[in-house]
Amino acid sequence: MLEIKNLHATVDGKEILKGINLTINPGEVHAIMGPNGSGKSTLSYVLSGRDGYEVTEGSVTFQGKDLLAMEAEERAAEGVFLAFQYPVEIPGVSNTTFLKTALNAVRKHKGLPELDAMQFLKLIRAKAKALNMNDDMIKRAVNVGFSGGEKKRNDILQMAMLEPSFAILDETDSGLDIDALKLVADGVNSLRSPERSMLVITHYQRLLSYIVPDHVHVLAYGKIVRSGGKELALELEAKGYAEFGSPEAA
Amino acid sequence: MAAIATLKDLYETLSPGLPGAGAAGLDRLRADGYARFLADGIPTPKVEGWKYTNLRDLAGVSLAPAQGAANTDLALPSVAPGETHRLVFVDGRFNAALSAVGTLPQGVTLDSLRGLIEASPAYAAEVLDRFPAPKSDTGLRVGPNPGRGQALGLVGLNGAFLAEGAVLTVGEGVTLAQPVEFVFIATAADGAWHPRLLIDVAAGAKVTVAEHHVARGGGATFANIVSGVRVGEGAILRHAKFQEEAETALHLASVTATVAASGTYETFVLTTGGRLARTDVQVRLEGPGASTRVSGAYGVDGSRHADFTSLIDHVAANCTSREVVKGVIDGRGRAVFQGKIIVRPDAQKTDGHQLNRALLLSDTAEIDAKPELEIYADDVKCSHGATAGELDEEALFYLRARGIPADTARALLIAAFLDEVAEEIGDERLRAYAMARIQERIGRLTGITVDTDVPVLGE
Repeated sequence: MLEIKNLHATVDGKEILKGINLTINPGEVHAIMGPNGSGKSTLSYVLSGRDGYEVTEGSVTFQGKDLLAMEAEERAAEGVFLAFQYPVEIPGVSNTTFLKTALNAVRKHKGLPELDAMQFLKLIRAKAKALNMNDDMIKRAVNVGFSGGEKKRNDILQMAMLEPSFAILDETDSGLDIDALKLVADGVNSLRSPERSMLVITHYQRLLSYIVPDHVHVLAYGKIVRSGGKELALELEAKGYAEFGSPEAA
Repeated sequence: MAAIATLKDLYETLSPGLPGAGAAGLDRLRADGYARFLADGIPTPKVEGWKYTNLRDLAGVSLAPAQGAANTDLALPSVAPGETHRLVFVDGRFNAALSAVGTLPQGVTLDSLRGLIEASPAYAAEVLDRFPAPKSDTGLRVGPNPGRGQALGLVGLNGAFLAEGAVLTVGEGVTLAQPVEFVFIATAADGAWHPRLLIDVAAGAKVTVAEHHVARGGGATFANIVSGVRVGEGAILRHAKFQEEAETALHLASVTATVAASGTYETFVLTTGGRLARTDVQVRLEGPGASTRVSGAYGVDGSRHADFTSLIDHVAANCTSREVVKGVIDGRGRAVFQGKIIVRPDAQKTDGHQLNRALLLSDTAEIDAKPELEIYADDVKCSHGATAGELDEEALFYLRARGIPADTARALLIAAFLDEVAEEIGDERLRAYAMARIQERIGRLTGITVDTDVPVLGE
C-alpha cells in the first residue's frame, strides 16, 4: 500500500525528517507516536502534499505510484486522506458545496460518473447520521462555528464520503473530551477494512485505546527509533519519551 | 482642457434640440448644469475625493450624448425575467419597444424622463427640483472638506444635457410587488450618456429597484449617471446596481439619497465591468430611526479600475448604517474604497459600521482604502475596518487535500469571499441575481465554473 524509504524533508531549509523508513500493508493501522517537535505533523504534510515541505532525499510509493510526484489534489484523488490536527474554517463555502465538489472531483479522477445533487444529498445524509451530525451541521459553512469535536467529526465525515484507501489521522485526539473522542474513534473504526490502511499520529496513548493499531512506531527527532506492537504504546505511556534522547543527540 | 472647449460648441449646438428646450424650468436646470461644469470641470487628483481615481482617460472620450440605436433585438438582463416593470435605454436613449412598464398599482408612476418632459416640461422641471442635489461640502464647520465625494462638474455635465433617464414615484403606503428595472445597454463603439434616475418612495411604501448597465457589443462608451433618491417615513427602498459594461467603457455614477424617519434605504453595487468605474453614494439619514445598508462587490483585472466612494451622513438621532464593500483584484487592477461616516451633533445613539475587505490575487494588484469617521455626537457606536490580503493558503490546502483541483479551490474561495457581500442584500431576488452574476464573473476570471447547485437540505 505505502512504502516510505529513507525520507528526508526540510522546512524553511531546516531538516525535520532525517531518513524515515516505513511500510504499511493493506488493512493495517499503524500508529506513530513521539514527543513534540519530532516531525509527526511534518510527515503528515509531506505525505499529503502541502506546499513548503521540501523532500531532499528518499521516496514514497503509494499503490505502486510515486506519491511525491503528485499534487495534493491528485494524492487525494488517488486515495490519500489527511484528517487535520486543526481542520480549517472556510467562511462562505458550505459543507455541501465543498464535499460535492470534492467527491465529484475524486470520482471523476477514478472514472466514475459524477453524483447529481439528489444522489449526493442522500449519501451525505446517511454518512452524517452515522456520525451523529445533523442537517444543520452539513449545510453550514465548512467548520465555521464548529466546536473542536464537531470539526473532527466533520473531517471523519469527509473521510467517510471520499472513502480513501489510506488515511492519515494527525493528532485526531487533540482538543477532544472523552465523549467526542469516542464518537470520532467509532467513526474511524467503522471505516477500518482489509482494503484501507491508516496512519494514526498521536502524542498520547489515549487515542490508541479506542483506535487499536497493529503496529506502533516511535518517531523522535526525524527518525523512527523503535517499532513494536500495540503494547509499545502502553510502555511509552508509562515511561515517556525521555529515553529517545534530545534533539541535540539526534 | 480640450473637453471643455469642445463642450461649449456641443452645448450650444445640442441644447436647442433637447426635449422641452425653451421651457423656463428645464432651460434653467440645463444652464445651471452647464455653468457648474464650466466652473468645476472634470475632477483631477488634486481634489481630495479623486486622489486615487484619475479621469485622464475622459480626455479621449466624446462627451456628446450618443444618438441611441433603434435596435430592438437585444438580450435583456433581468433579476426576474417577465416579472418586472422595466425601462430600457439603448446607448443612453429611452427605447420604448424594449421597455415593458406593465400594470402599475394605483399611486405608482414609472416614466422615462424624456417622456415626462415631452408631456409637460414644467411638470418635469418640478419633479427634477424635488430631489436632493449632491453637495461637494458637508456644511460642517469643522475641518475643510473640499470636493469630497461627488464631483459637481460631472453632475453639472449630466444636467447640461438633461433629457434621458427615469422617474419612479411610489405613493404613500404602496407596496410594489414586482421589482422595477432600469436597463442600460451599450451597443455603440463610443458616445456618452448622461441619464438622471429619480426614485421617490413615499411614507410607508416599499419597492425594489434593479439597475443594469451592460454591453451588447458596446465599446469605449461613457456613462455619466446622476441619481436622486428620496425615502419617506417608514418607507423601504431596496436598490441594486449591476455594472457589467464592456472592458473599455467608462462609468461614473453619483447617487444622492435622503432617508426620512424610520425609513430604510438599501443599496448594493456590483462592479465588474468598465476600464474605469466609480460609484459615489451619499446617504443622508435625516429622520430619527432611519437606516441604510450600503454594500458593494467588485472584481477588477487587467489594468481596470473600480472605485467605491460613500458618504453616510447621520443627521438625526437613533439611526443605523451598515456598510460592507468587498472586492477581488487581479493583474494590474486597481480598486479604491473611500468611505466616510459623519455623525452630526444631534445624531445621538447612532449605530454605524463600516467594513472594507480586498482580496489581492497578484503582486501588482492595488487597493487604496480610506475609511473615515467624523463624529460630533458623544453617545454613538461606530466602527470601521479595512483589510487587504491574499487567498488563505490553509483553506486552499484544505480544499486541495480533499481532491479539489487548485483552480477550482481558488474559484470557490473567491466566490465565498464575494458571496458574503451578497448576503447583505435584503431582497432575495436581488441577492440571488447578484450571486449568479458574481459566479459568472469568477468563471470568466478563473476559467472555472463553481457548482454551488446543491439543493437546500430538508426540501
